[in-house]
Amino acid sequence: MSTTTAPRQSEPEVSQRAKQSATARAKAENRLGLRLVAPAVIMMLLVTAYPMGRALYLSLFKYRLSAPDDREFVGLNNYLTVMTDSLWWTDVFNTVVIMVVTVAVELVIGFAFAMVMHRVIFARGVIRTSILIPYGIITVVSAFAWQFAFSLNNGFVNGWLPLVGDDFNWFGDKWPAMIAIMVSEIWKTTPFMSLLLLAGLAQVSEDTIEAAKVDGATWWQRLWKVIIPNMRAAIMVAVLFRALDAYRIFDNIYVMTRGAQDTESVSFLTYRQIIEQFELGMGSALSVLLFLSVLIIAWLLVKAFRVDLASARGEG
Amino acid sequence: MKSKIGPSTIIGMLAILVWCLLPIAWIISLSLKPEAETAEGSPQFLPKSWSLENYQAVLEDPLFQRALINSFGISLIATVLSVIFATFAAYAIARLDFRGKRIVLSIALAIAMFPVVSLVGPLFDMWRTLSLYDTWPGLIIPYMSFTLPLAIWTLTAFFREIPWELEQAARVDGATAWQAFRKVIVPLAAPGVFTAAILTFFFAWNDFVFGISLTSTTAARPVPAALAFFVGPDQFNPPTSTLSAAAVVVTIPIIVIVLIFQRKIVAGLTSGAVKG
Repeated sequence: MSTTTAPRQSEPEVSQRAKQSATARAKAENRLGLRLVAPAVIMMLLVTAYPMGRALYLSLFKYRLSAPDDREFVGLNNYLTVMTDSLWWTDVFNTVVIMVVTVAVELVIGFAFAMVMHRVIFARGVIRTSILIPYGIITVVSAFAWQFAFSLNNGFVNGWLPLVGDDFNWFGDKWPAMIAIMVSEIWKTTPFMSLLLLAGLAQVSEDTIEAAKVDGATWWQRLWKVIIPNMRAAIMVAVLFRALDAYRIFDNIYVMTRGAQDTESVSFLTYRQIIEQFELGMGSALSVLLFLSVLIIAWLLVKAFRVDLASARGEG
Repeated sequence: MKSKIGPSTIIGMLAILVWCLLPIAWIISLSLKPEAETAEGSPQFLPKSWSLENYQAVLEDPLFQRALINSFGISLIATVLSVIFATFAAYAIARLDFRGKRIVLSIALAIAMFPVVSLVGPLFDMWRTLSLYDTWPGLIIPYMSFTLPLAIWTLTAFFREIPWELEQAARVDGATAWQAFRKVIVPLAAPGVFTAAILTFFFAWNDFVFGISLTSTTAARPVPAALAFFVGPDQFNPPTSTLSAAAVVVTIPIIVIVLIFQRKIVAGLTSGAVKG
């Protein structure tokens, strides 16, 4: 209460005190913020960062779980073995094909679905409910449903498709089996894609579209020049999420082919080395490579979209 | 909105319905075919004779019952814990000013894109040393880690929409930051929290990779893994109809949740993605 006895000095002193309490408050807020996020961050890192570091370490050893005492330091040999093995490259190729094809098909169908959902006025609840069923269903169930649908003895697909003989075995050869796998993947994940695109579509202003219409733009021109450029962010998020998700494909392959007919993905190869062959050293090297390839894809996609965004801005 | 519903929209709606529901109808139809019919081969869409025997077989199977209990228990516990942690974190991110906010969001994003299989090896090894292998906590922990990013992003988006003046009013009235959080914001945020919980539950219920690699017995094996290992007496001819019945049974909870909460789920899925 010195302020009352020394009025001359009161003003700067008060403001300094206010400043002090403001920084104290900011500090308290900072502390509370960190305290609130800490459990979530620790939980997330506990099961990812530490094991990933351990995988990095174990990948330098020849280490079989069935013979743990024979663990032996081999440097980068595991990586060398993987990178020079044609199996690795076949699996990378399969995975990339699955990723590119499924994301491309999903983008087109998902966009069409989003356009329909955007226009629908009645029966919105019904459409929304049905589109969420593939999203929510267990991937393993989707894989079984499609495996049976394509199966030789019990499947309806051969009977329904005009150009396919009734005795065609979809799982007897590589590419038909890959198609079956991709159909299951596309069926299950297109709804997610279309919901993300629907959200992007909702942010495109109706007035702009209307203005383009008045200016005489055709439906096609409106789509490519107005709607799609205005929802680039939503498309980017959808493609990024789905591409990285598709690259991790595992469940469908496990259920439908178990990697037979050369349909193995990178994730499946890693799983097989570790859980079925107990090759923890080699499997860890594969884990690290799988992780790195996801990073590379994410980086490439972000870069591609940046360029795209920049050139779009240049146009405007 | 002046757009009229043209024939193309009607066709589109029908296409969506067929796309989404045909495989569901197919698996239900298969589950109603008697096991003898599918063993002989029955490529037509609908059953020749209808029967509920498969459902009886599945529901009486102790392995399947155990898997259902595991899946429900593990998914629910993981959901509750994950949503509690995520609520704290999302509140801090949406509301408070603190250093490292961007880092937290980046970590969450990176983990959402993490290739799960690359953790199978080290976790398999670690869980065996820590005796978490083939236990409920052994699955709850990784489920939490991988659902946290989704929950944090969804909740942060929801929390940014809340009228925060109310919180300030409470602070002015003398409430601490913690009281303002608990008494004012939590009730307002409950719908968002609930949505995050549904999405989290879907993720945990769907998981397969951890389910098959971190369990070895019925002690913790969840439904998707149990389905994949479900082999009848003849290893080379898996029991199609029975498996289909099991698949239908585990899809029912999903359909019920979707029917009741469709609006919330769509809001939750899209808000986090676009504004994040």
